[in-house]
Amino acid sequence: MTALLEVRSLEVEFDRGVPVLDGVDVEVRAGEILGVIGETGSGKTTLARAVVGLAPVVAGRIAVDGRDRAGLRGRALREVRRAGAVQYMFQDPLRSLDPDLTVLRLVGQPLAVAGVRAAERRPRVLEALDLVGLDHALADRRPGLLSGGQRQRVALARAIVTRPRLLLADEPVSALDASNRNHVLRLLDDLRRELDLAVVLISHDLESLAGVADRLAVLYRGRIVESGPATEVLRRPLHPYTALLAASAPGGGAARRAELAVLRGPAPDRPDRSACAFAHRCPFADAACAPRPTDTTPLPGRTVACHRAADWRAHLPS
Amino acid sequence: MTIAPSGSERPVLEVEGLRVTVGRGRAEAVREVSFTVRPGQAVGLVGESGSGKTLTCRAVLGLPVAGVEADADTLALGGTDLRGLDGRGWQRLRGSRLGAVFQDPGSFLNPSLTVGRQLAEPLRLVGGLSRAEARRRAVELLDSVGLRDPETVYDRYPHELSGGMLQRVLIAIAVSGDPELLVADEATTALDTVVQAEVLDLLARLREERGLGLLLVSHDLAVVADATDRLLVLYAGEVVEDGPTAEVVAAPAHPYTEALLTVAGLGGHARGHLPVIPGRPPAPGTAGPGCRFAPRCAYATEACRLAPIALIPRADGRKVRCLHAK
Repeated sequence: MTALLEVRSLEVEFDRGVPVLDGVDVEVRAGEILGVIGETGSGKTTLARAVVGLAPVVAGRIAVDGRDRAGLRGRALREVRRAGAVQYMFQDPLRSLDPDLTVLRLVGQPLAVAGVRAAERRPRVLEALDLVGLDHALADRRPGLLSGGQRQRVALARAIVTRPRLLLADEPVSALDASNRNHVLRLLDDLRRELDLAVVLISHDLESLAGVADRLAVLYRGRIVESGPATEVLRRPLHPYTALLAASAPGGGAARRAELAVLRGPAPDRPDRSACAFAHRCPFADAACAPRPTDTTPLPGRTVACHRAADWRAHLPS
Repeated sequence: MTIAPSGSERPVLEVEGLRVTVGRGRAEAVREVSFTVRPGQAVGLVGESGSGKTLTCRAVLGLPVAGVEADADTLALGGTDLRGLDGRGWQRLRGSRLGAVFQDPGSFLNPSLTVGRQLAEPLRLVGGLSRAEARRRAVELLDSVGLRDPETVYDRYPHELSGGMLQRVLIAIAVSGDPELLVADEATTALDTVVQAEVLDLLARLREERGLGLLLVSHDLAVVADATDRLLVLYAGEVVEDGPTAEVVAAPAHPYTEALLTVAGLGGHARGHLPVIPGRPPAPGTAGPGCRFAPRCAYATEACRLAPIALIPRADGRKVRCLHAK
């Protein structure tokens, strides 16, 4: 089966010569959830924004359903956006939802943009509210009167009301407590099945991705340093940065703390862009890490960009 | 009055029978909350939004919220009675014996002043240091919270620093007056995982080095599990379980603690396993006469709903508010 979203060698620059994305490859199939994890500034939000045409693409290909969108400008871009096949769900529902509009209007907006007549919008909005488990009684409320979890569901209803093929969800659960987080993640899990939706789920938190993502892509300073099936990546990271992320997750206890002591490495130097992106803070970096590593496939379905991928694990406490 | 076990030092914080009411109807949002924090000890307050953990923490810091009234049988910092303290008294306390860090460090700093100046100013005005001494001390503090190249960081503006660096600056400011107690309310919630772990380690180091008491407030049981010695679980304004963190996490006695542990997914990365706690906590003043968790509890029986459930101390040092406690 071919990928619904295919991103190849994507480069994005806001300032000339300072790449925010530096040769990124990802693909997502219909009905699949790709988890993208990375720290603040890693480029994960930029990746999602580039796919919806909101970031300056310098080079590379972004194909949705086989059609390249990276080169689209002006009217052509507006038309593609309006069709609503790709939806972007913003990070902060409190700030991204207009406080003066009712839930009905908010969720109906993307339909209005797509040219659906007012009379047809209402039933589709109510259907979207059903899909995310929101009571129809909330349709006349404004965002200020909703709980954090409800607001996030409104944002989700708004994102799926056009029946998109691809959903880019940017930190949809980072503001929620664990129970509400799991509620929303379950919903995403159900929706991708019911709507055969391809989902890019962006998070800085491994725990949010572990439960629902089929595959993970780990982003560090604009490059994918590791990718593969989520359970395998988490169980046995191939890249030291992925291992650092996993060991830093709270509640890991003494075993993880011992791993952290090894994985944290030296205080970071200034990164060298011609070298491995992680070398400046990697405890295992040596002279071999000066050239930029290429992706290797040590195991089926998994990629890693690390010169020390074969031997760094030997340094972990057993 | 809580009596500390013999041989241990006097608590830095004593809270006994804290009550907080909200709104015109004075609905009870926090009820009979009692705990102590000893020097070098970390106590965690954990619960969902609306559990009363932030109201408890604001009462301890003397930070007024519009329409909120707090009062307690005992509220003492290092033996000093804090009840009846006026606004100015609280402010003096917060700059010296009481430190605090919150979720959004950026909003507590003046964007138009360098972070070094914001750290040095109180050292000069309150601590009476000269300009040069204040700068030297500020650089030392920036260094002590793990900021690399503190001389350079001193001259930076808030927007030039990452979220993790800003939180370290806030911690430096919070400990600059050499406080006895540091209150951290969701202080690591907005940080990246790797930075969160580093900041939690920094807090642990500060309390070891300075004998600082730490009150760590979080909705995330996973955060509190590793970083505290004692844990209070709050539900709808009441303490439902109180005990040594490791023991509570290993074997929760209250069904709500158990539910929080399950949703936090401690250490587990099982795919497709996304447990939730059904329902929502009651709004202040709307709970029934019995156990406030009963409507969401899998173990609840008729007896749970009839009358208030007491917080019962047990032989193992834990306190539990449940008829069916494990």
